Amino acid sequence: MKDAFGAPQSLLVLGGTSDIAQATAHRLVARRTRTVWLAGRPSPALEKSAESLRQQGADTRTVAFDALDPEAHETALGKVFAEGDIDMVLLAFGTLGDQARDEADPLAAARVAQTNYTGAVSAGLICARALQTQGHGSLVVLSSVAAERARRSNFIYGSSKAGLDAFTQGLGDALHGTGVHVMVVRPGFVRSKMTAGLQEAPLATTPEAVAAAIETGLRRRAETVWVPGRLRLVMSALRHVPRPVFRRLPL
Amino acid sequence: MSAGVSGAAVSPGPAASGPAAHAGDHAAAHGSDPASGYASDYAPVSGWGRTAPTAALVVRPRSREEAVASLGACAGRGGIARGLGRAYGDAAQNAGGAVLDMTGLDRVHTIDADTGTVVCDAGVSLHRLMQVLLPLGWFVPVTPGTRHVTVGGAIGADIHGKNHHVSGSFSRHVRSLDLLTADGSVRTVRPGSRLFDATAGGMGLTGIILKATFRCLPVATSFMSVDTERATDLDDLMARLTATDDRYRYSVAWIDLLARGAATGRAVLTRGDHAPLEALSGLPARARRDPLAFRPRQLPAAPAFVPEGLLSRTTVGLFNEFWYRKAPRLRRGELQRLTSFFHPLDGVPHWNRVYGRGGFLQYQFVVGYGQEEVLRAIVHRIAGHRCPSFLAVLKRFGEADPGWLSFPLPGWTLALDVPAGLPGLAALLDSLDEEVAAAGGRVYLAKDSRLRPELLTAMYPRLPAFRALRAELDPEGLFRSDLSRRLGL
Repeated sequence: MKDAFGAPQSLLVLGGTSDIAQATAHRLVARRTRTVWLAGRPSPALEKSAESLRQQGADTRTVAFDALDPEAHETALGKVFAEGDIDMVLLAFGTLGDQARDEADPLAAARVAQTNYTGAVSAGLICARALQTQGHGSLVVLSSVAAERARRSNFIYGSSKAGLDAFTQGLGDALHGTGVHVMVVRPGFVRSKMTAGLQEAPLATTPEAVAAAIETGLRRRAETVWVPGRLRLVMSALRHVPRPVFRRLPL
Repeated sequence: MSAGVSGAAVSPGPAASGPAAHAGDHAAAHGSDPASGYASDYAPVSGWGRTAPTAALVVRPRSREEAVASLGACAGRGGIARGLGRAYGDAAQNAGGAVLDMTGLDRVHTIDADTGTVVCDAGVSLHRLMQVLLPLGWFVPVTPGTRHVTVGGAIGADIHGKNHHVSGSFSRHVRSLDLLTADGSVRTVRPGSRLFDATAGGMGLTGIILKATFRCLPVATSFMSVDTERATDLDDLMARLTATDDRYRYSVAWIDLLARGAATGRAVLTRGDHAPLEALSGLPARARRDPLAFRPRQLPAAPAFVPEGLLSRTTVGLFNEFWYRKAPRLRRGELQRLTSFFHPLDGVPHWNRVYGRGGFLQYQFVVGYGQEEVLRAIVHRIAGHRCPSFLAVLKRFGEADPGWLSFPLPGWTLALDVPAGLPGLAALLDSLDEEVAAAGGRVYLAKDSRLRPELLTAMYPRLPAFRALRAELDPEGLFRSDLSRRLGL
C-alpha cells in the first residue's frame, strides 16, 4: 500500500533498464519500496539493474517483457500481479529512434511507433485493469515534452509520445474514482544513455531530477508532471506559436 | 424493539448514493443485493486526513442479519468495518474489497439510569449517546477530541481521552461486546478473554463489533469547571503536568510547536472536571433551569475547496501566538460548555478540508515515564523543523490498557497535525519513529498513515499473539484493511 506521502511498497517497472526508471526505483526503495519487479527484454543490463536494487535491500525480480510483442503482455504481466498487489507501475520503456534514418526506413519508423505507442497501449491497459481490481495503485507513464507539439527534428518519436500521452490522459479519466491514479510525466531533454551523443536542449535535466519529480507527483496525486516544472510554461507558449513561425524555430 | 428496520429490505435510494458515492461509471455497481438486502456501491474511501484514498465496495448493513449477510461481500479482497471515518489514516479503508459502513446499526437498546449501563449498537455515535445520556445525568466514560466516532470505532481503536490518567481507555469501561467473526457466528466477548484483548485496539481485524455494553460516568451538569494556565516552555509544562495532574479528572496541554528558542514547548494547560450543580450559581437563570442541556453549537462547514498552503508556517505561527497570548496566565474554575472543552473542532463540520486536497496527517506517539529526554529531543526537533501544527497536544497517560494493540502506555503522549505536503516531513517522521521505538514507545495505529512496517513489532510486543489469534479465527483473512496490508498486521 502507498503511505500518506504516496510512497509505494511494491513497484513494477516496464522498461527496467531505462535510466529514469532506475533512478526512480532507487529513490523509492530508499523510501518504502520493498518489492520491485523489473520487466524488460532479458539482458545482462536488466540483471545488473536488478542486482543494484537488491544491493539497496529491495526484493527484486525480473520478468521477460517485450513491448513489441503485445500478445505476450497478458501472460507476462498477469504473472506479476498474481504474486501480490502492485502499488505503482512505472511505464518507462521507449525508443528515441533516429529521425533521419527512420524517415528513409518506414519499417524502422513503425517500430518506434509500435514500441512507444502500441506496446504501451497494450501494457497500459493490462496494468490498468489489474490496478482497478486492486482498488488502488498508481500508473506512472513516461511521456515527453516532444508529445506536446510535433517538431521537424523528431516528429516520429514525438508523434508516438503524443499518442501515448493522449492515451494516458484518457485512461486517467476513465479510471477516475476507481482508486487508481494515473500520472503523465513529461520530461524535457534528459541526459541519459538514450540521448547520449545528442546535442543538449535548453532546460536539460537528469534522471535523478525526473525521479524526484515523480516522487513529488505521487505525493500530490498529480495528473501531469513536467520536468523541470518551468517547461509547463515554455511549452504552453510554444504550443500557440503559428506553424509558419514554429517550423522556422531552431528546435 | 427490533421492529421496523431489520425486516425491511433497504432500497438503493438516496441512502445508497451518499456523498462518498461516485456518479457515472459505477452506476452499475450501485444497488442492493437481492438475496441479503444490504445496500452497496463502489466508491473511493479515505481517512480523515484525506491522504491515500482507495476504492472499495461500500456496504451498508442496517441490521444484525444484514451485517452477517454482508460478510459475503468480503470474500476476495476482504472487508473491514467503518464507522464515522475519523481515523486519520487508512484504518477503515480496504482497496478493492468491502468496507462495511456500520453507521446503519444505530440503535441504543437500553440505558440503565441507575447504574449508567448502556447497551447499544456499534454504529451509534458518541454524539448520539451524549444526546440521550446527558438528560439522564450520565456521560460517556471516555471521549476523544471528537464526539463523531462510533462505539465500534471507539473499541476497535481503543480510544483514549483527556481522562486517561484516571479512567484508562474506552475498552476498560466495556462489560461485553457482540463480535461477528469470520466463521459467520456472533460471539459475546467479555473482558479478560483473549478475543476481547485482541479486539480492543485491534483495528477491526478480529471481526465486526455489532453491539456493546459499557458503563458510563454520572454527571450533575453539562458544564465543565476548567482551570487554565500557561507554561512558558517545555520544562515548565512537564513540571506542571507532573505536579498536579492527579488533581484533575481531565487534563491536556495545547503546545505551540512553532515557538523556538527559550519558548520552545510553551503551552496552555486546560484541566478540569464536570461542574457540580452548585457551580452554576453564577450563570443566567436560563442555563440553571436545564443544567444537563446538550446543545452543541455549529459553525458553517469548511468549504469543499481550500487552497493548499492556507495552513503555512506564517498563518499557523500567527494563530499559535494569538492562542497562547489569549490564554490567561492562570484562571481557576471557569465554566465551559462540555462541547467547547472536549470537542472544539466539532463545531466546524469537515474541518479536515482546511488542509486542502493534499490532506494532512496526525503523528501521535507515546514514550514511557523516565524517557523525558527523548520527548524533549523530539519536541526540539519538531520545533526546529518548523512544522505548522495548530493542534498539537501533550498529555500524560495512566496505566496501560489490556488490549494487545492498545496504544496507551504509562508515559507522555504528543499528538500533532501536519500538512502532508510539508517538505522533508516523511524523513523527519521516519527518524522520530526510530527514536520512539528505541525508547520503548509507540505510535498510534488509529492515526497512522505512514509508519515503516519494520518498526511495528518493536512498538507493539503483543503483535505476535495478535497475529496468531487472527490466523486461528480468520485463516482466510476475511477481515483486512489498507492499514493491515501496509503494516502487515
